Amino acid sequence: MQDFAEAFRLAFHLVSQMDDELAAIIALSLRVSLTAVAISALIGLPLGALLATTRFRGRGGLLVLVNALMGLPPVVVGLLAYMMLSNAGPMGFLQLLYTPTAMIIAQAILITPIVTALSRQVLEDLNTEYAEQFASLSVPWATRVGALIVDARYGLLTVLLAGFGRAVAEVGAVIIVGGNIAHLTRVMTTAIALETSKGDLALALALGIVLLAIALSVNAAVMSLRLTAERTAHG
Amino acid sequence: MRNTVKLLATALTLGVAIAATTPAQAEDKSIIVQSTTSTQNSGLFDHILPMFEKATGIKVNVVAVGTGQAIKNAQNCDGDVLFVHAKAAEEKFVAEGYGVKRYDVMYNDFVIVGPPADAPGVAGSNDAAGSLKKIADAKATFASRGDDSGTHKKELSLWKAAGVDVKAASVDWYRETGSGMGATLNTGVGMGAYVLTDRATWISFKNKGDFKIAVEGDKALFNQYGIMQVKPEKCPNVKAAEGQSFIDWILGAEGQNAIKSYKIDGQQLFFPNADPGEMKQAG
Amino acid sequence: MADRLAIDAAAGQAIARSTAGQLPLNVLGLTWKAGGKRLIDVISLQLGDGGVTVIMGPNGAGKSLLIRLLHGLLEPETGEITWNGERAGDGTRAQQAMVFQKPVLLRRSVSANIDFVLKLKGGADPTYRDELLARAGLADKARQPARAMSGGEQQRLAMVRALASKPQVLFLDEPTASLDPASVHMIETMIADVRKEGVKVVLVTHDAGQARRLAHDVVFLHRGRVAEHTPAASFFDNPSSSPARDYLAGKIVL
Ligand SMILES: Nc1ncnc2c1ncn2[C@@H]1O[C@H](COP(=O)(O)OP(=O)(O)OP(=O)(O)O)[C@@H](O)[C@H]1O
Ligand SMILES: [Mg+2]
Repeated sequence: MQDFAEAFRLAFHLVSQMDDELAAIIALSLRVSLTAVAISALIGLPLGALLATTRFRGRGGLLVLVNALMGLPPVVVGLLAYMMLSNAGPMGFLQLLYTPTAMIIAQAILITPIVTALSRQVLEDLNTEYAEQFASLSVPWATRVGALIVDARYGLLTVLLAGFGRAVAEVGAVIIVGGNIAHLTRVMTTAIALETSKGDLALALALGIVLLAIALSVNAAVMSLRLTAERTAHG
Repeated sequence: MRNTVKLLATALTLGVAIAATTPAQAEDKSIIVQSTTSTQNSGLFDHILPMFEKATGIKVNVVAVGTGQAIKNAQNCDGDVLFVHAKAAEEKFVAEGYGVKRYDVMYNDFVIVGPPADAPGVAGSNDAAGSLKKIADAKATFASRGDDSGTHKKELSLWKAAGVDVKAASVDWYRETGSGMGATLNTGVGMGAYVLTDRATWISFKNKGDFKIAVEGDKALFNQYGIMQVKPEKCPNVKAAEGQSFIDWILGAEGQNAIKSYKIDGQQLFFPNADPGEMKQAG
Repeated sequence: MADRLAIDAAAGQAIARSTAGQLPLNVLGLTWKAGGKRLIDVISLQLGDGGVTVIMGPNGAGKSLLIRLLHGLLEPETGEITWNGERAGDGTRAQQAMVFQKPVLLRRSVSANIDFVLKLKGGADPTYRDELLARAGLADKARQPARAMSGGEQQRLAMVRALASKPQVLFLDEPTASLDPASVHMIETMIADVRKEGVKVVLVTHDAGQARRLAHDVVFLHRGRVAEHTPAASFFDNPSSSPARDYLAGKIVL
């Protein structure tokens, strides 16, 4: 397998040369997946907090459902999003199919259950610890949820990183709703799929290494953000 | 701590704002062409589309999937032009009222590639059905796309001509990958199986291993590409004018020459064969 | 100093903070069950205005359970708890504060822990917050993460955080259990101070000396029942129940 050594050489070459096309693909990957994470955070965190802090009828069923949805195959999500956004579908009038927005929607659908389920777990653990103190202080529900999210921030950051990891690595959903259109909806994973189908395994693997490097940088950035925050301010 | 929260909140808002301001379509004058992996993977579009875009200012967005899925997408009105290679299915598409009119654009041919050992002894043959029969008799492994694509449909018709029931041989020596041309070639090379592929994909394919073309030159291996506009009466969103100008261009002298000039390692991959008489009618 | 505290305690109540007030507390036929066992086994009790009521009793007697019930954190199985006629619950709890046996501190800085309560109970007040931190001897630790402090420091913070809400009733569950003598003194001074402001303090402790210094009256619990409820003066010299006698004598109370 000389492809392997070749892939690393190519990956290094790709990163050091960094042509416009690759830069655009990386930028789109980041934009799509980070936006999907942001949306899933806006929906998943409050939902996770709701599940963590309140008891209501049907909560158990909802928990099982959310946990099961974590295992949704990306292709299925892609198909669902395609059927919604297709011109033959109910939301076709929005003209979103084959746009980055469609990819963001698909990825957000894919990772919102992950963010919800994992943040529910993180927040519930903290809530068990805080519940009696909060009851003693008569803390209103909204304040309680806010405090839990703030105090569990590092755990939740890891949850969001898990969501980002799944989003940026998936190909099944974005290739269906994005169409892997050059210069418009091509992201790292669909580019890898394309090069694989061209039989250019070395280039495909090199792109994979670049994708790994991107994921590493995002994680490192978040980690250093956390460290500076810990060091500088506790106010 | 506040800093983290603030940063997080800013990042969230920013992300959503970016998403919200993303234009639905990157450019105003653009069309979506539903096409097949063979045209995309061979690099043909990368070669000809810049010329069209330069000439007309219309951006062409290609969605490359199997012919079956491309037709299905077009039926869902998710494209302006359909550019595939499965003549019977294309004619059905037009007959059912989804397409305006089908035109021949170009052709290339299919070949059967295989391992150098060549147990069934088909290398150098120009008889497709006869070679398949030999492969079946020798129970040599054959990798099929099995994905309802144009290539898959062609392959099934060849098996039929050879009088071999591949359904019965499934798993035994006949393997359906259920994936695109490239993935099937990767699989075939990996398991030492014979594969039917279009010549363009094969020439541009980079993971050939020690595989060679075994069977070529049979009339039955002819591979015709057709183009047609999705019918605006069926799909009001269709960009009829832009779509038509792409069809006019590719059937005209400029487009046909562009196709002809696309070569890899000195080999021409596609052979333009639009009918000039038909063109006149269309224009 | 200790003597002065003891005298203050004996003197009982001081200036009442609020005219409305939550006292007297009336507990009637209170029971609480868990796992098929009656852990609070029919308790009736009256607590008067002001002063420090000390709850004593062996491990597992039900002291922590009882003050949770009084604070309205647990629902009685049977019986009734009323604060000046109002049933114990969300309404009465709003005017009360509790320091738990295991202090629960927010994962934030020391000062943010107090700010949280101040904001909740009326509004940010950095001056008052700094004053409270000084009282707990934590002024120089204000920006440290609360949970990185020592056990004793955490208990002192929990104490002043409870004060931040300006409660009418203050429950303290063994607030000096793991403290050094100086810290114990610091907390006892705080207790004496708030009592002077008219706050009703209900203090659970195993420290007989501390109880002697602070108590106005003593409730002695044994196996989920009130073995005796007597004024501090007579309790320590002449306990009326045999479990209390044994407990004070350092014998194993069964
Ligand atoms: N939620 C509960 N479920 C079951 N049993 C409980 C529960 N809470 C307390 N108990 C039991 O009730 C008894 C009294 O508990 P409590 O915490 O009130 O004791 P305590 O008097 O405060 O003891 P200590 O001096 O050790 O703090 C103990 O035996 C304890 O195990
Ligand atoms: Mg206790």
